[in-house]
Amino acid sequence: MNSILEVSGLDVGYRIAGGHIHAVRGASLTVREGEVVAVVGESGSGKSTLAQAVIGLLPGNGAIEGGSIRLGGSADTTELTALSEKAFRAVRGRRIGLVPQDPTVSLNPVQRVGVQVGEVLRVHGLADKRSARLKAVELLARAGLPDPEVRAGQYPHELSGGMRQRVLIAIAIAARPGLIIADEPTSALDATVQRRILDHLDALRAETGTAMLLITHDLGVAADRADRVVVMSGGRIVEEGPVDRILADPADPYTRTLVAAAPGLSAPPAPRIPPQPSGRPIVQVSGLTKDFPLPRLQGRRGVLRAVDEVSFDIARGETLALVGESGSGKSTTARLVLRLADPTAGEIRFDGADITRVKGRNWRELRRRAQLVYQNPYASLDPRFSVEEVVTEPLRAFGVGSPAERRARAAELVGRVALPASVLARRPVELSGGQRQRIAVARALALSPDLVVCDEPVSALDVSVQAQVLALLEELQTDQGLAYLFISHDLAVVRRIAHRVGVMREGRLLELRPTEELFTDPREDYTRELLGAIAGRRHATEAA
Amino acid sequence: MSAPGTLPRYLLRRLGTAVAVLWAAYTVSFVVLYLLPGDPVTTMASGGLDGEPLTPEQIEALKAQYGFDKPLIVQYGTRLWAALHGDLGASIQNGQDVRGAILEALPPTVQIAIGGLLVAVVLGGGLAIAATYTSQRWLRQLLMALPSLAVSLPVFWVGLMLVQVFAFGLHWLPSVGASGFPALVLPSLTLGLPMGALLAQVLAKSLTTVLDEPYVQTARAKGVGRAAIHVRHALQNAAIPALTVLGYVAGNLLAGTVVVETVFTRPGLGRLTVQAVGVQDIPLVQGVVLFASLVFVGVNLLVDLIYPVLDPRIAKGVPATS
Amino acid sequence: MTELLIREGPPDSSGTAPGSSVALPIPPTRRERLHRVLRFLGRRPGLVVASLVVLLVLVAAFAPGALAPGDPNVGVVADKLRPPSAAHLFGTDYLGRDVYTRVVHGASLSLQATVIAVAVALVVGGLLGLLAGFVGRWVDEALMRVVDVLLSIPAILLSLALITALGYGTIKVAIAVGVASVASFARVMRAETMRIRRSTYVEAARAVGTRRYVTLWRHVLPNAAGPVLVLAVLEFGLAILAVSSLSFLGYGAPPPAPEWGSLIAEGRNYLATSWWLCAMPGLTIAATVLSVNRISRALDGEWSRAR
Repeated sequence: MNSILEVSGLDVGYRIAGGHIHAVRGASLTVREGEVVAVVGESGSGKSTLAQAVIGLLPGNGAIEGGSIRLGGSADTTELTALSEKAFRAVRGRRIGLVPQDPTVSLNPVQRVGVQVGEVLRVHGLADKRSARLKAVELLARAGLPDPEVRAGQYPHELSGGMRQRVLIAIAIAARPGLIIADEPTSALDATVQRRILDHLDALRAETGTAMLLITHDLGVAADRADRVVVMSGGRIVEEGPVDRILADPADPYTRTLVAAAPGLSAPPAPRIPPQPSGRPIVQVSGLTKDFPLPRLQGRRGVLRAVDEVSFDIARGETLALVGESGSGKSTTARLVLRLADPTAGEIRFDGADITRVKGRNWRELRRRAQLVYQNPYASLDPRFSVEEVVTEPLRAFGVGSPAERRARAAELVGRVALPASVLARRPVELSGGQRQRIAVARALALSPDLVVCDEPVSALDVSVQAQVLALLEELQTDQGLAYLFISHDLAVVRRIAHRVGVMREGRLLELRPTEELFTDPREDYTRELLGAIAGRRHATEAA
Repeated sequence: MSAPGTLPRYLLRRLGTAVAVLWAAYTVSFVVLYLLPGDPVTTMASGGLDGEPLTPEQIEALKAQYGFDKPLIVQYGTRLWAALHGDLGASIQNGQDVRGAILEALPPTVQIAIGGLLVAVVLGGGLAIAATYTSQRWLRQLLMALPSLAVSLPVFWVGLMLVQVFAFGLHWLPSVGASGFPALVLPSLTLGLPMGALLAQVLAKSLTTVLDEPYVQTARAKGVGRAAIHVRHALQNAAIPALTVLGYVAGNLLAGTVVVETVFTRPGLGRLTVQAVGVQDIPLVQGVVLFASLVFVGVNLLVDLIYPVLDPRIAKGVPATS
Repeated sequence: MTELLIREGPPDSSGTAPGSSVALPIPPTRRERLHRVLRFLGRRPGLVVASLVVLLVLVAAFAPGALAPGDPNVGVVADKLRPPSAAHLFGTDYLGRDVYTRVVHGASLSLQATVIAVAVALVVGGLLGLLAGFVGRWVDEALMRVVDVLLSIPAILLSLALITALGYGTIKVAIAVGVASVASFARVMRAETMRIRRSTYVEAARAVGTRRYVTLWRHVLPNAAGPVLVLAVLEFGLAILAVSSLSFLGYGAPPPAPEWGSLIAEGRNYLATSWWLCAMPGLTIAATVLSVNRISRALDGEWSRAR
């Protein structure tokens, strides 16, 4: 087969205030016609820069500093690095299509989607005004959008995220390019939507024999979709090869950690043995319901039932996970349990005491015993605080200990989350995401609570860092007998950490079962669908 | 338009807000002008800085004439009622009807206001588009620096310097007066420059932000050219903040004429205001303030009507995130 | 509760740290920090010049004698209307007074008015905004409606209305200018307060048991201070312009006193023959405002972005 893309010895650098960053160093890779090559790496690995260089859309301060990018194909071969901006325009959209990262912001909000699809054809002289409109509808249909005639006349905000991603796919395939670059094409979408869209993209691609360069942080997605995998780290390509070889026998140490850390790929972890039930549960929730008022529509005020009659218990020392896609009500449930929001109906008991309506002093007392770790460690720490101030804030709030004692306690706490004591003098901005999340965990532990609610605690972190934070959480649980309410959209993560798992959808708790049972023998169709959408699973089952 | 009824409701709400703001503006000006100095008649009766003090009888007569002998709340009520019917009272200086005085002074002011608005839109808009369009770094930086220079200059000084150069130096244009088109050029330029600078700053910033948006990247990935991206994708998205500023600018044109008409010794509303403040003619000052906020509210109502045309999300009550 | 402080042994500061994940960035030394500041300034000659201009203006305001030892109100009539020269940097006016000396001494009055105006706007507007943003609900609604109304009256007209009521003079002009910009301060302060009050880290502080008013003091105020300070500096430039406009219109200090705006008003009568009478004070105002704006831009995150 001929190669459609040949990158060799590519160097890309960014000019920044007071310096220069080498984002891609000496990268070489080949994509053959009709082939899918995945570029895998964590944030900052240079994978997106590589993609931007290929399609000629580097940010203003970035430049190709060496090497070559040759775009082949049946007709002729073009050296892209030598093209003028004007000549490159004839390549973009026509010979290389792009499926961008976040569909919610990648369509012009003030233009009808049909026009946006038709625009590709019109710029490249493939259609006039009238035929562009007809062809746009046709393309939307091909991208799997229902009612394409209606959709073509709508604005992006009238479509869901998944529908918008299909519009973007229609744009990418419109001019029948030989190569599609998909830059994290579905990471902003729910797993089940993600899976359907990637399946559809695969089918379209196979039909036309288009090659694809898939940029992803998720080795599982790469394993499911790609023929070959290219692993990047620190701007370099550290390893390259067929998917099976990379997964079965990674040669580079970095690839090995990546494979080991990817939750969906490795063999299912040994089921965690739940703690022996001792005494009454720490949390008892029954019939919990939460309504949010909706904006007035047509003179009527509706409500959105975010949480609908949810009941569960959490035993001491147990991890209960709630999984679901966005809008399933899992985060709202977590906030209700902590009483950071007021329930509409139902009852919450904490260590036997009814806390459904506690206010004032009793509400504050609850804070000593139930703590929260947020999803985003960049937002949950005051940027002006030092780490010591962050960690001791709960102690100060309750007037625990003298300043010296608090300092000692802070040092102990950061030690507990495996950070050196020297971190206490730093500010959050100086730390990495994983380090910040450890600080957030240390803060949650400061008052020795019984329950810690973790709201997507690792979803903002790179995979290898995720594994470390999860290990830390497990270790702390074993040491201190903490109970966790663990909120996540990521089933692979949940399988690793939870004793029991509840599946939520549209505010309802569909099933709540011990982890292993749920994963091996799901009762609900929806659970099966969720399980089927775990990235890397397809590969794992095929290999088995 | 899947939800009929939302657009009219949006307009109705805007209209309601506009009326409420006008009423409140009346109240604020009443509080400032009638309550602050304690006894307005004494202030008025002193005839400003250089007037002769009046006798107590004259003051009492004046108070009765203007209704100041009644309780404040009654005064507020009767004056507001009169204002609702377009009666803004009579000037202290010459007893002329305030509404008449304002309408009389209006035409020359409207001339330079339109001129100033044109200057602001053409210069400001053009500068912002040129600065974001050029790919020359040095040119962009130069163009971007101009507005922040222009907003740092005192308006009256700019006017005087323009007179110095174009009237006294080059003898191209008249330095003062209000006769004919040439006399309009310098005042319009003086009035429009700072507003154009403000507009240019906001539009350039907004365009820069929009040009960095992922959807512009999508358009570039389609192979759309620079100019087409500016025209088809960026401008409409960047227009909302610029339109907001344009509304603000247009609403403030009257205020700008206060200084400009003084510099160029032109008759008009601005000069009328300066004179009224000079003799502490309270009804006239209040009339001008009210008229200015009427213009401001009217212009912004117009701007509110244009928003949904520019951004379909606004008509549907979807918060525009850009 | 003290038992939990001593329940476990001394913290193990390094032993449990597994490899790469805890590699901390090395904090810069004092020498490196100094180097960084110098490099930052070295790349921004405009900022350095702006700082020097503001410094000069401040010296002029507080110790005018140090820059111009002469008397601003005494002139030699024989030397009237001389263009700028070595003896008279900014030339002389129709009474033979040195314009440079008058500009330097005028800085004091003009700056005094500006400081008062900014202080009024900052204190009143800041408090209103803080109250609206932190308390929320109807307090917010009510205060913001008032702010909307104030914004719907053009600033200079609001100032003129206040001057009509209060009378003439430097201080009154200052108050009039300050009140006219209360609304914009209130708006920014409210927006900042709301943004921070709703931030995850403030919720996190509440979730660990910190009281509401403590979060106001420890989280909201320190984090809102930055943007409001930037606005205050920017407002300083605007207030200089507004004060000089009103002074130009003749509402400031009575004639012999040299205010920047009234100096230009005086020079206006000699515009055709003696350009320097208007140009020099005007350039001084422009240079001051430009410098202040440049500094405001530097404060607005340029330093943190440059790192």
